[in-house]
Parts: sequence; C-alpha cells; structure tokens
Amino acid sequence: MSGTDARVLTISPGSGSRASIATFGALVWSGFRRYATYRQATAAGAFTNIVFGFLRCYVLLAVAAGAPGGRPGGYDTEQLATFVWVGQGLLAVVGIWGWTDLSDRIRTGDVAADLLRPIPPVTAYLAADLGRGLHGLLTRFVPPVVAGAVFFGLREPERWQTVPLFALSIVFAVVGCFGCRYLVNATAYWLHDARGPLGFWTLASGVLAGLYFPLRLLPDWLTVTLWVSTPLPGLLQTPLDVLVERDGPAVQAGLVVLQAIWAMIILKAAQIVQRRAERKLMIQGG
Amino acid sequence: MIDMRDLRKDFVVRVKAGRLRREKRTVSAVDGVSLAIERGEMVGYIGPNGAGKSTTLKMLTGVLSPSSGDVRVCGLEPVPQRTKLALRIGVVFGQRSQLWWDLPLGESFRLLRHIYRVDPAAHRERLKRCRELLDLDEFMDTPVRQLSLGQRMRGELTAALLHGPEVLFLDEPTIGLDVVSKQAVRSFLGELGRGGDVTLVLTTHDLADIERLCRRLVVIDHGRVVHDGTIEELHARYGSRRRLVVDLDTPLPPGFTLPGATMTGTEADGHRVTFTLDTIAAGAAVAGLVGAAAVRDLSVVEPDIEDVVAKLYTAPR
Repeated sequence: MSGTDARVLTISPGSGSRASIATFGALVWSGFRRYATYRQATAAGAFTNIVFGFLRCYVLLAVAAGAPGGRPGGYDTEQLATFVWVGQGLLAVVGIWGWTDLSDRIRTGDVAADLLRPIPPVTAYLAADLGRGLHGLLTRFVPPVVAGAVFFGLREPERWQTVPLFALSIVFAVVGCFGCRYLVNATAYWLHDARGPLGFWTLASGVLAGLYFPLRLLPDWLTVTLWVSTPLPGLLQTPLDVLVERDGPAVQAGLVVLQAIWAMIILKAAQIVQRRAERKLMIQGG
Repeated sequence: MIDMRDLRKDFVVRVKAGRLRREKRTVSAVDGVSLAIERGEMVGYIGPNGAGKSTTLKMLTGVLSPSSGDVRVCGLEPVPQRTKLALRIGVVFGQRSQLWWDLPLGESFRLLRHIYRVDPAAHRERLKRCRELLDLDEFMDTPVRQLSLGQRMRGELTAALLHGPEVLFLDEPTIGLDVVSKQAVRSFLGELGRGGDVTLVLTTHDLADIERLCRRLVVIDHGRVVHDGTIEELHARYGSRRRLVVDLDTPLPPGFTLPGATMTGTEADGHRVTFTLDTIAAGAAVAGLVGAAAVRDLSVVEPDIEDVVAKLYTAPR
C-alpha cells in the first residue's frame, strides 16, 4: 500500500492482554459465524439427533426394565432418559465427529496460510472451535432436550451446584474434545492423510466417551481406568453424570476437576505436536 | 530487507531399490541460493516447475526451515521468529486461500484486523484504498466460496495488505485469471510498487507479469540462481536479437546478403523475409534492402522474453 499508512506497522494502542482477548473473541465469533451460515444443515442435524435419541432412549429403558433392581449402572429411568437426551444435545456442542478442517488443510497445503498468521495455530483453531461449540449450544442443544422433556420427562437437578458444574464441565468437554480432534487431525502432518486415524477416532470416541452406552455399565475397575488414564470419558460421560447427579457431591466435583486436568493435558499435547510438526513441516503442493 | 546466504533445502526421499528395499536419496530443492533484496525493490523470481521457487518462498516466510544457510527477512529469522515476522510481511498464494471460505469477504477483513491488531483508522484507510483500486464493493458481502477466481484473488491481495506489510510475497498471483483480472492485479501491484514502501517478491510463470512489474529478474533452475539482473541484461546475455520482417513485391535476388544480419526465414515464395539483426541497426538494414528489392512493408520485432526464458530452461546443464 503506498502512502504513509504503509510505512509503519500500526499496532492498536491496547496491545497486550486486552487486545489478545479481543483477537480471541473475534476468532470465537468467526467460528460461530461459519457454522451459522449453514441453517439447513443445523436443522437437519438437530432432527437426526432427535431420531437417534428415541432409538437410544428406548434401548436403554429396555435394558433398565430387564436389569435386576431396574437401575443399570446405578441410574434410575429418569436419569437414563436425561443422560440420553442431554447427551444427544451435547453431541454437536462437543463436536465429537466430523471435524476434519485441520487435516484437510494439511492435505491441500492450505495450512501454510494458518502458519503465516501472527497467532499460534492451536490458539486460533481453539477459539474458532469454541465459537462452533457456542453455536451448537444455542441451536443444536435445545431441540433434543425439549424432545426428551416432552416425550420422556427429564430429571431436574437437586443440588444448587449442579448447574454451574455442568456448565463448567461442558466447557472442559469442548476444550478436551478439541484437543483430541486436533491431535487426530495433526497425524496428517506425518501421514499426509488422516482418514485412517479419523476412522479409528470415530469408533473409539463413540464407545469410550459414553455415547453408545453409559460407561457405568462397564465393570468398576474398567470405568475407573478409563476415567483416569484417558481423556475420553471427559468428552460426554462426565458432563452427563454431573447433570444427572449420578454420584455424591464430592465425586461430582472431583470428576470435573479430573476432566479439567485432562483437557489441559490434551491441549498442551496439541501444542507440542503442532510445534514438532512445524519443525519437520513440508507444506504440500507448489 | 531480504538477505539469503547459501540457502539450501534438502529433502530425503525414499526410492524403491528392490522388492522390499527402499533407498534414501537426498534431493536438493534449493541448492545454495544467495540473494540480497533492498527495500522497495520489485523482484521477479522465476524458474520452471520444480525449480525451487515456492520452496524458497516458504523458507523466506518461515513456514519451512532451511537445511542450511542463513536467511533474514526484515532483520528477523523467519522460522524461529515466524509470528513476529507474520506482522511485517504479506503473502498471496495464487493456488491457495487465506480467506475464510464460509464467511463474507468483508467479515474476513474484519477478522484480519483483529488477528493482526491493526489500528481501526489505519485498517479503514487501507481497506478504502483497496476497495477503490480493486473494485471490491460489489462482492464485499458475498461469502468467499461464491467468489470467482478473479474476485477472490483481489480479496486475497487486500487481505495480504491490510496490516501494512513491509514485504509482499506473491506466489503466482495471476494464475488462472482472465485477461481483465490479470490487468487489474498487475496495475494494482504496479501502483503499490511505485509507492516504494513495499518490497515485492513475485514468482510467476506469466512473464508478462514480470515485464510489467519487475526491474529485477532472478531466474532459478534446479535450486540454483542462473540469472540475477534486469530483463535487458538477460537478453544481452542470451544473445536475443531484434528481428526485421520485410514484405517484398519481388523476391530478393539469389545470393543476397545483408552484412551484419542473418536471414532466418523466407515465406510466401520469397515475398516475406525475416532477418535477425546481429550487429547492424534497423535503419541501415532497411536502407540495404531498399536498394536490392521493392519493399512493400516492414516491421521490427523486439526479442521475446518467453523465448529467452525457454532457452534458459532448456539449456544443457
């Protein structure tokens, strides 16, 4: 740009943490806007969530009816219905599946544009993903929950701290899930195409996050092992157990702390992997 | 502004060497390139496909680390100081996009203002200028995915300039564009270059881009610089000659020679003759011809840059 304006790079006077927050906020908004563009897809997604909600709910209620004492995994029928329907709502918020932005950009070489920005890619993608999650919360969360409330009746929390803990748990679930997806996508840096790891992820996350069935149906030792040694239960099972108050107040809060620790570990791992990838990076294409 | 010393990039490739065995082989994409580019220069960086142009550009912008050698852009080391450097350079890739596919163009620009933390007034000013020069107004609200290639490229140029970069790297910015869009991009870049504030490094296969925009031309082949100088110097070095094409009423007498020129072609039963002017000036050549035959029409053809470059690319190494 010719003229005086081009001679000096002008950074806004508020550079520092305030400007960082503004930048992060703008990126969150961009993630929100991107998903808000596709209204029909949003409606179709919510409808699909509801249809599968019925399927899952009836299966679990049938399991409950056949279980001795009628409480499989320690849930009563109202808790199970809540687990399923809120879980269907959270699916799109957490965004377990379908995110291939990073691996696609690595495959095509477009990731070069991400690296040419003055923001670390993990931060930029995280912000956009939070925007995506927020969009999911406003559009995809409500319909299945309403459907569940109308057709099955959902459990209302009894403790005051449940709702704030649930809200916090959703944030950690989104961050943790983002980290996992980032890591799976980042395999494309080495493999050039992440379809294999993505397929494996789809299967593993569905089972081990508690989507296909509540993890509490598994033997206790296995449940505990999964919870402590993998981040996956933190993606769905933790927020749902927190909401349905499956455990006492101490365990309820403890689960969220564990989830937070895992989210931070995974995010850090994503940063480390990204930095390693940059060192060996070979941007594809001419 | 840009300083490269003995810059190299080697890639290790595995080649099949038997039924199961694979051998490692090192390929040098960039093989000891040294260049210095001053502030405000407009440099054309050309070479055949696979010559190492894009690899050099990636190393200069910090997305690829060199195997060895020294590189500084704006006084910074590109790879370790990539995010700092990103604030001071702009990059346009003709074959990939830095805009947000799903967002309207205007929204992309707003987002870039936050990402680069540009002062709102400066952002407004630069955007206004780009909107005028590149005619962006009619598609500012259109999502990037719906833009034509020409429109998108104008958007890309704007996006690369909104933070007021000191160096602009352009990797084939006119690839696939129609004539009108090409002209728009070229005249915009020309305008930008005349300001003298922005250093421009342009890689392209379209030599018209270079002829219009760049005084300095760097030709790279097999990872090495084979020419660094002006277009005129390139012509001089590769013996490009002007040609004189003459239409005659009657063919030249057999055995006719023009001292200082070589007859390189005869068409239409000798009614059209082409001479390559080796040492003789065009005027003297015409005078020599008029005495020998009835000249109906003539034209002097300047040497074609494409021919010179083709010669350069196919020259034995």
